[in-house]
Amino acid sequence: MPSNNTGRHRPGQDHYIASLAETPVAEIDQVDETGKARSTWADAWESMRRRPMFWISSVLILIIVLVAAFPGLFATYSPTECYLKFSNGDPQAGHPLGFTRQGCDVYSRIIFGTQASVTIGLLTTIMVTLFGGIIGALAGFYGGLLDSFVSRIGDVFFAIPTVLGAIVVISVIPVRDALSVSFVLALFAWPQIARIMRGSVLSARNSDYVMASAALGVSRFTTLVRHVIPNAIAPVIVIATVSLGIFIVAEATLGFLGIGLPSTIMSWGNDINQARVSVRTHPQTLLLPSAALSITVLAFLMFGDVVRDALDPEARARR
Amino acid sequence: MLWYAGKRFLQMIPVFFGATFLIYFMVFAVPGDPIAALYGDHPPAPGVIEAIRAEYNLDKPFIVQYLLYIGGLFQGDLGTTFSGRSVTDVMAQAFPITARLALLALAIEAFFGIFVGLVAGLRKGKLFDASALVISLLLISVPTFVVGFVLQFIFGIQLGWARTTVSGDAPWGELILPAIVLASVSFAYIVRLTRASVADNLGADFVRTATAKGLSRRRVVTVHVLRNSLVPVVTYLGVDIGSLMVGAIVTEGIFNINGVGGTVYRAITLGEGPTVVSFVAVMVIIFVLANLLVDLLYAALDPRIRYAK
Repeated sequence: MPSNNTGRHRPGQDHYIASLAETPVAEIDQVDETGKARSTWADAWESMRRRPMFWISSVLILIIVLVAAFPGLFATYSPTECYLKFSNGDPQAGHPLGFTRQGCDVYSRIIFGTQASVTIGLLTTIMVTLFGGIIGALAGFYGGLLDSFVSRIGDVFFAIPTVLGAIVVISVIPVRDALSVSFVLALFAWPQIARIMRGSVLSARNSDYVMASAALGVSRFTTLVRHVIPNAIAPVIVIATVSLGIFIVAEATLGFLGIGLPSTIMSWGNDINQARVSVRTHPQTLLLPSAALSITVLAFLMFGDVVRDALDPEARARR
Repeated sequence: MLWYAGKRFLQMIPVFFGATFLIYFMVFAVPGDPIAALYGDHPPAPGVIEAIRAEYNLDKPFIVQYLLYIGGLFQGDLGTTFSGRSVTDVMAQAFPITARLALLALAIEAFFGIFVGLVAGLRKGKLFDASALVISLLLISVPTFVVGFVLQFIFGIQLGWARTTVSGDAPWGELILPAIVLASVSFAYIVRLTRASVADNLGADFVRTATAKGLSRRRVVTVHVLRNSLVPVVTYLGVDIGSLMVGAIVTEGIFNINGVGGTVYRAITLGEGPTVVSFVAVMVIIFVLANLLVDLLYAALDPRIRYAK
C-alpha cells in the first residue's frame, strides 16, 4: 500500500495495515492521501488563531515589546528629569500618573522600566531553553554515564530554589546588569527544562523513525538533531513560554529586595522598592509600576496558556 | 516500597553535599574581607583581625573550611555568627516561626485551592469556573510583594482588622494575614491544577462505572473523582514547600517577621558564610524530604502506582 502513493506518508504510518474487514472501504476512500501532511506546528497554529485569548495576549505582547524597544516614542518626559518640588505630586497636565518621591514622572519611569524586565525575561528564557534543552537532549538520547552524571548535577541545582540561589549568587558577582542577572536566574532554573527535555527525548528515542534513520546509516548525532529533537521539543516550548512571565516576576522580586539591577538601570522592581517607604501615604507610586509588571506577566502567561493548549492535544480536548 | 524509600533516601546524600558545597563556594567567593568590613572606618589592632580570622577558620584554604564545617555539622555544631551567637541558637529561634507561617500558608492554599478547584472542575464552563480561572491567572501574574502591600494596606491600615507588623514571638493570629499573602500564588496554581484534574477525571471510565452502579453523586465526587484528582495537587504541594520558604523572604520582609527569610537575607548581605550555608542546607533538606514524602504518598492516593523493585 505505501509503495505507490505520493511518498509523503509520515514515518511509522506504513507499519500497520488494517484488514479490509475491519475498515469500511468507503472510509478508506475518503482519506485524502494526496493532501499535504500537517505538522504539529500547523495544527497548533490552526487551533491558536481561533482563540480570542491568543490575539489579546499577542497584541499586548507586541505593545510591550515595542515599548521596551523604543521607550522614547511613548514618553515625552525624561524619566531621570526629577524635581523635588513635585515629590509625590498628584497627576497634572502632561504627567497623567503623578510623581515619585524623588519627583520623577511616574508614567515615564514605567515606560522606560519596561526594557529591563522584558530583556531579563527573554534572555533568561533563551539561556534556560538552550542550555537545559541541549543538556536534557544529550542525557536522554545517549543515556548511560553521561545521563547519570548530568542528572545528578541537575538534582543539586534543582534542590536549591531559584530565587534563593539567585540571592546568594547575586550578592557575590561584581557586575549587575541585565545579562548577569539573567545568567544567575538561568543557573538555577535550567534543570526543570533539562528534565522535561530528557523525558521527552527518552520517549521519542525508541520510535520507528529513529530506527529507520539508524538503518539508513545516519549518524547518531544527526539523528538526534534532525529527527528526535524536532519531535520532542513541544513540551519544552510550552514550559519556556510560561516561565518567561515567571522570570520577570523573579527579577522584580530581586529588585524589590534591593539586590536586583543597580539603581542606575531603570526597572519596575527598583521603583517598587523605592516606593515602599511612602506606601502608606502615596500607594499609587507603588501600585502603578506593580500594575505594569502584572499586565506584562499576565500577557506572557496568557500566551503560554494558549500555546500549551495548542501543542498538547490532550489539553485541547479537555478545554 | 521500603526498598524504594531507601534508594531515594540514599540518592539524597549526594544532592545534599552538592548543594551545600555549591552554596558554601558561592558565599566564600564574596569579594572583600567580611571581618575587616565589620570594623568599618576604624581598623582594629593588627593582630585582632588575624585572630578573628583564625577563630572562624577564614585563614584556611576553602576546601578545608568546607570540610571543617561539614565535620561540625555532623556533631550538631553549625558554627557561630559574626556577632558571636551560635547558628544553632539563631536557627532554633527563626525556624519555628517560619515553619508555622509556611504550615498555615500550606493549609490555606490546600484547603481553599482544592475546594475552589473542585467546584470549578465540576461546573466546567459555567460562571464560577470562568471567574475562578480569571482570578487565578490574575493572582499568578501579580507578584507576592504587591499582594502583600495591598492586603497590608487594606486590612492593616484602612480597615484596621490586622496588625501591619508581627510581634517578636509571632502568635498564630497575627500570622494569618502574612500566610494568606504567602499562599496567594500557590493557591492560584492549585485551583488550576485541581480544576484540570477534576474535569479530566469526570470523563474517566471508573467514574462512569461508579455512577452506573448507583453510587450517589456525592460519593462519586469525593471518593472517586477527588481522590484521583489529588495526585498532581499533592506533587505540587510537595514542591511548593521549597517555594514557600523562599516566598517567606519577601513576606517576612513586608510584615517584619523575625523568621528564616529575614535571617538569611541579613546573613547574605553581611557575608556570614556558616549562617547562610546552614539555613540553606536545612531548606534543601526540607525540600528534598518533602519531595520524597510526595513520591511515597502517590502510592497511597493512586492505587495504580506501585513501586516495583
